[in-house]
Amino acid sequence: MSDKGKLAIYWAASCGGCEISILALNEKILDVAGAFDIVLCPCIMDTKVRDVESWPDQYVDVCLFNGSVRTSEQEYMAKLLRRKSKVLVAFGSCATEGCIPGLANLTNRQEIFETVYCESASTDNPGRVIPLPETQSNGHHLSLPVFYDTVRTLGQTVAVDYSLPGCPPEAPRIWDAVVAILEGKLPAAGSVIGATTTCCDECPRTRNEKKIKAFKRTWQVIPDADTCLLEQGLLCCGLATRAGCGARCPQVNSPCIGCYGPNAGVEDFGARLMTALASVIDAQDPDEIDRIIHEGLPDPVGTFYRFSLANSLLRRAALVPDAERHELPRPKAVAQV
Amino acid sequence: MQREIYEPKIVGFFCNWCSYRAADGAGMARIKHSPNVRIVRLMCSGRVDPSFVLKALSLGADGVLIAGCHPGECHYIEQNYKTMRRFALLNHTLRALGISERRVRLVWASAAEASQLAESINEMVEDIRTLGPLHWSTNWAEDGRRLDDVEKILLEHQETMEVRR
Repeated sequence: MSDKGKLAIYWAASCGGCEISILALNEKILDVAGAFDIVLCPCIMDTKVRDVESWPDQYVDVCLFNGSVRTSEQEYMAKLLRRKSKVLVAFGSCATEGCIPGLANLTNRQEIFETVYCESASTDNPGRVIPLPETQSNGHHLSLPVFYDTVRTLGQTVAVDYSLPGCPPEAPRIWDAVVAILEGKLPAAGSVIGATTTCCDECPRTRNEKKIKAFKRTWQVIPDADTCLLEQGLLCCGLATRAGCGARCPQVNSPCIGCYGPNAGVEDFGARLMTALASVIDAQDPDEIDRIIHEGLPDPVGTFYRFSLANSLLRRAALVPDAERHELPRPKAVAQV
Repeated sequence: MQREIYEPKIVGFFCNWCSYRAADGAGMARIKHSPNVRIVRLMCSGRVDPSFVLKALSLGADGVLIAGCHPGECHYIEQNYKTMRRFALLNHTLRALGISERRVRLVWASAAEASQLAESINEMVEDIRTLGPLHWSTNWAEDGRRLDDVEKILLEHQETMEVRR
C-alpha cells in the first residue's frame, strides 16, 4: 500500500445519487484518486465487511457516509466505520437529515411491510409472507437485518465530524470539501461544510414585497421568469434552505424544495419555513388563513419536512396518533390545588 | 404515595403586555386555577417560533398554551396576526404528525381578563387530562431492542467470519 490517505465511501439507506455526484467531479476524480486510496466503496468495488472488520481502528483517514440508518445492518456499519475512521463525514441529505427515506417516519415498520409485501398492486402474495429477521432452513440458521420503525440520521446514530448537505451534494461543494480536507483547512469539528446563507442569496430572481392570497401548485401556473417564485404564489423553500446549489431549481422556474437542508443556525427546517410563510400570507381573518393553508398546503409534512423529518425536533409522526388513542376517562374528582 | 389523577404538563408562552399581566392579575385577585401550566414570559406572542412548541412537545410537554393580546391590540402593532398564521400552519402540521389540535392552543387575553385566562387554563388542563399524556419519548421504545439487534450482528460475524477483534 502507498502512503496516500485512505478514503472510504459507504452507503446505507440511500439511492446512490451521492456516488453519482462524486463521479460528477469529472476529471477531478483523478486528483481525488491521486490523493487517496479508495479502500471501500460498495457502489464500485467489492470490499467485504470482514475486510473492514479486520482493519485496525482509525485505519481510514476520511469516510464519506451517505444514506440514513433504518436497519440494524446499517447501524452496525455506521458504528463499525465510526471506529475505523479518523474523520467521519455525513455525506448528503440522507446522512445529515434523513431526506426522502426519512419520510417513512410518517408510518412504521408494520405498515411499510403491509404495503410492500401484501398490498401494492404489483404484489401477488396470497399467503401474506413477510420476511423475518431470523429463520431456519435445512438446518441452517439464516438472518436478515432488523427493519426499524424509525429512520435515523447518521448523527443520531454515531458521532459525526462534519456534514455535507445536499440531495445530492453538488460536485463543486464536494471538491471544496476535498480541498479543505487535503489542506487541513477544515472548520470546527461538528460543523457543516458549506455556505452560511440561504438559497435566495444565490437566486437571480427579483424580490419585492411578498403578499400571498393563495398558494399555487406548480402545475397550476407558468411563472414569469424574473420575479421571486414565492411572490407568484409558488411555495419556494429557498428562504429556509442553505445555499450551495446555485439556486438551480428556481432558475428553471421550479420552486426550491429544500434539499440543501436548513441554513446555519436553524434547528428545525419546517419551523423556520412556517415562520417565514406566516409573514407572507396576506390575511388577518382566521377563517381566511385556514382556507389559504388548507387549500394550498394539502401535505404539510411533505412540504415543510420533505428532506428533514428524521432530523426535525419531533423526528417522526406519533406511533400512536392522538386520534387513535384511547382517551383517559374523565376523573371523578379534579385534583385540588 | 402515587397520585391517581394524571397531571398534564403544559408549557405556556405568554406575552409580556397582556396575557402575562392577566396571569399576574389572576394571582393578585386570588383566582384559583390549575397549576399545570409552566409559564414562559415573552415580549410578544409573535416571538413564539414554532420550534419552541416542537421542542416543548419533544421534551415531554403534554400541551402548549400560547397567549397574546387580542388581534388589533398588539403592543407591536400586528405581530399577533403573525402568531395567528404561524399557529395555523403549526397545528396543520402537527395534526399530520398525529398530534391533536387540542394539545396546542392559542388564546387571546388582555391585561384585564384575568378570570377569562384562568378559565382557559382550567379548561385546557381538563381537556388534556382527558386526552392523556403525549409522552413523545415513547416513540423511541424500539431503541433498547435496536442495540440488541446490532450486537447480534457483531456476534454472528465473530462466529462465522472468525475476524479478530
